[in-house]
Amino acid sequence: MLSRVADSCYWMSRYIERAETSARVLDVNIQLELDNEDQLGGRIRQQWEPILATLLDQKLFHHIHKSFSADAVMDFITFEKSHPNSILSCITLVRENARTVREQISSEMWELLNRLYLYLRSEAARAAHKESPIDFYRSLVDSLHAFQGTTDATMTHGEGWQFLQAGKFIERADSSSRVLDLKYHLLLPTGEQVGGHVDITQWNAVLRSCSAMEAYFKIFHGRVTSWNVAEFLILHDTFPRSIRFCVDALDQALHSISETDRGHFKNEAERLSGMLRSTLDFTTVDSIFKTGLHEYLDQIQARLNDISLALADEYFSL
Amino acid sequence: MDRPALELKRTLAEQTCLNQGITFTVYSGDEGTERIMPFDLVPRIIPADEWRHIERGLEQRLRALNLFLHDIYHDQRIVKEGLIPLEIIRTAKHYRPELVGMDVPHGIYIHICGSDMIRDSDGRYLVLEDNGRCPSGVSYMLENRQAMKRVFPKLFRRHPVRAIDSYPQELLAALRHVAPHGNPDPTVVVLTPGIYNSAYFEHSFLARAMGIEIVVSQDLIVKDAVVYMKTTKGLKQVDVIYRRVDDDFLDPTVFRKDSVLGVPGIVNAYREGNVNLANALGTGVADDKVIYYFVPAMIKFYLGEDPILPNVETYLSAVHSDRKYILENLENLVVKAANESGGYGMMIGPQASRKEIACFRAAIEADPRSYIAQPVIKLSRSPCYVDGSLEGRHVDLRPYILMGESIKIIPGGLTRVAMRKGSLVVNSSQGGGSKDTWVLDDEEARC
Repeated sequence: MLSRVADSCYWMSRYIERAETSARVLDVNIQLELDNEDQLGGRIRQQWEPILATLLDQKLFHHIHKSFSADAVMDFITFEKSHPNSILSCITLVRENARTVREQISSEMWELLNRLYLYLRSEAARAAHKESPIDFYRSLVDSLHAFQGTTDATMTHGEGWQFLQAGKFIERADSSSRVLDLKYHLLLPTGEQVGGHVDITQWNAVLRSCSAMEAYFKIFHGRVTSWNVAEFLILHDTFPRSIRFCVDALDQALHSISETDRGHFKNEAERLSGMLRSTLDFTTVDSIFKTGLHEYLDQIQARLNDISLALADEYFSL
Repeated sequence: MDRPALELKRTLAEQTCLNQGITFTVYSGDEGTERIMPFDLVPRIIPADEWRHIERGLEQRLRALNLFLHDIYHDQRIVKEGLIPLEIIRTAKHYRPELVGMDVPHGIYIHICGSDMIRDSDGRYLVLEDNGRCPSGVSYMLENRQAMKRVFPKLFRRHPVRAIDSYPQELLAALRHVAPHGNPDPTVVVLTPGIYNSAYFEHSFLARAMGIEIVVSQDLIVKDAVVYMKTTKGLKQVDVIYRRVDDDFLDPTVFRKDSVLGVPGIVNAYREGNVNLANALGTGVADDKVIYYFVPAMIKFYLGEDPILPNVETYLSAVHSDRKYILENLENLVVKAANESGGYGMMIGPQASRKEIACFRAAIEADPRSYIAQPVIKLSRSPCYVDGSLEGRHVDLRPYILMGESIKIIPGGLTRVAMRKGSLVVNSSQGGGSKDTWVLDDEEARC
């Protein structure tokens, strides 16, 4: 497959996942805001600023918006064209990449993306967002899930598909680490205890951002603690948004691309992904908290970034 | 069918185009740069015997054009025998002296030709111009048919319409046939300028339909006069390039130095015979509207036959007596720059302002070689669905002719429509639309 095409598949997939993460985080935050109205009592900033921190977009936001409001943050993350990580920008990039690999992906995938792109740019999208942001983000996530299903059901599971997988899982691992880190940025209101009501609501929100609530409760029977949530979202072996699961899937995709057996490596990207995978296989939540959750997640993000650079070096820049 | 029902069908067809991204790009404005080509629901119908005549004429024409191109890059017999002045060939904008003496596989220069045709007031088919470089629009021909089948499935069961969907396979067969060194299993690719090119949709459409890679210049690299594409598994040799990039932009080491679309060294690889290009380099000579004037003479000269399809009557301002006539009758003639296309560089005398006429007069006097003139042909009209009723609109026809092992012509072609009432300009960049073209089979309608 052409290097440029592989590059486009990889990034197209990352941007789709990035758009989905933004939609999830916003959806949950709106709900959190509604839940906490009494406690927050006008401290809108406390509720919304961490979102910007998680998505690394604070500076640009304050450059564009002089005043702070929930609507401004939502608009910025959803529709702002000058913001390269806004949902609209991501989907625009996805479509642009998809256009250049039009002959690799199925017509069904293309049409779904193209429709989504045309919709997001329309007045109808803004009206729907205004009417009910929660419904808007949910249906957006639904569309993106439909895209994943369409991809799996209509595209040959060959090299192009493997690059899509690699992009999807590396971005998802990164997203899960950022969502988990969101809690680090969410300050507890004065007087609130760790393990208290607000603390638990916030951890619930983190779980919900990852669609992990139901799966989590099956294991931990309704008890929400920071350790358990971190363990679940970082180390669970079969939950599809846990970091360990994503890194494993990434490693699998990389090995399929190079046709190397798991546990061996032919290039730097595989060596790094294999190392991260086995580290996650043998890590305990105690050691994570010993390092410090925030610091640990930072390290994960840096290692994912190294894998991405090595991947580009191996396949995209000939 | 009543009006709301028809309107619904039209909206359905247009929505399908937009969702599928069947668009072309217009080079102005900001966001609205992707447009769908307006689509007319009423098919144009060509009876079987009429089509046979067109087919014979086009085949004859393409054989002559290929012999002409071979001749001017080799012995130049046509010049030596006095039919075309050497000066005209030498000054043709797309003449490539670099190619003199070079042999191309099977002597085929124009592998894909799109000749634009019109009908005059007597119903005769005339050739208006030949497109021997990168004729575009074939994807619209194919998509128009798909749209019609979706919207009016019953019509196709009632009428013996000849199928056109084999075009991509025929194209691939022609491209494989001309592989260097007779390679029986060549790697064929489509070379596109990229997603911002107005015809990108088509490039990608054809690559998909043929099941081959679509590449941009950065995907290709030349080493030791061999062209490779960069893949995730390393370099892979490329044998035939269906290139949708103009000669000028193909190789910055030979042609335009500022081209970022080009592949350095590709022309050298081509000259060495390690890669073939379709269409060949230098075919643009045949698109020159002054050379067009000589096509009927070429047919006689190379084939010893009478032309089956006539040209539109044409005056050359390079010829003294013609120039005098042109300058005296500017307001009644259509004047065209010899090397422009897409409806640019053209003046329709009866519709032109005095200022425009003065402009063209000055241009012709300054550079007579670069202009031709033709009488205003009343382009035949075809019924179109406009605002709820059927109205006549001017149309032309661009059939697609392929030359590989033999010449293949897809029955039909792209019928372009001047959507504005009274307009004679059918180019998509100038607001033209299109409609499906039905060539009927001989058998009676299967009612």
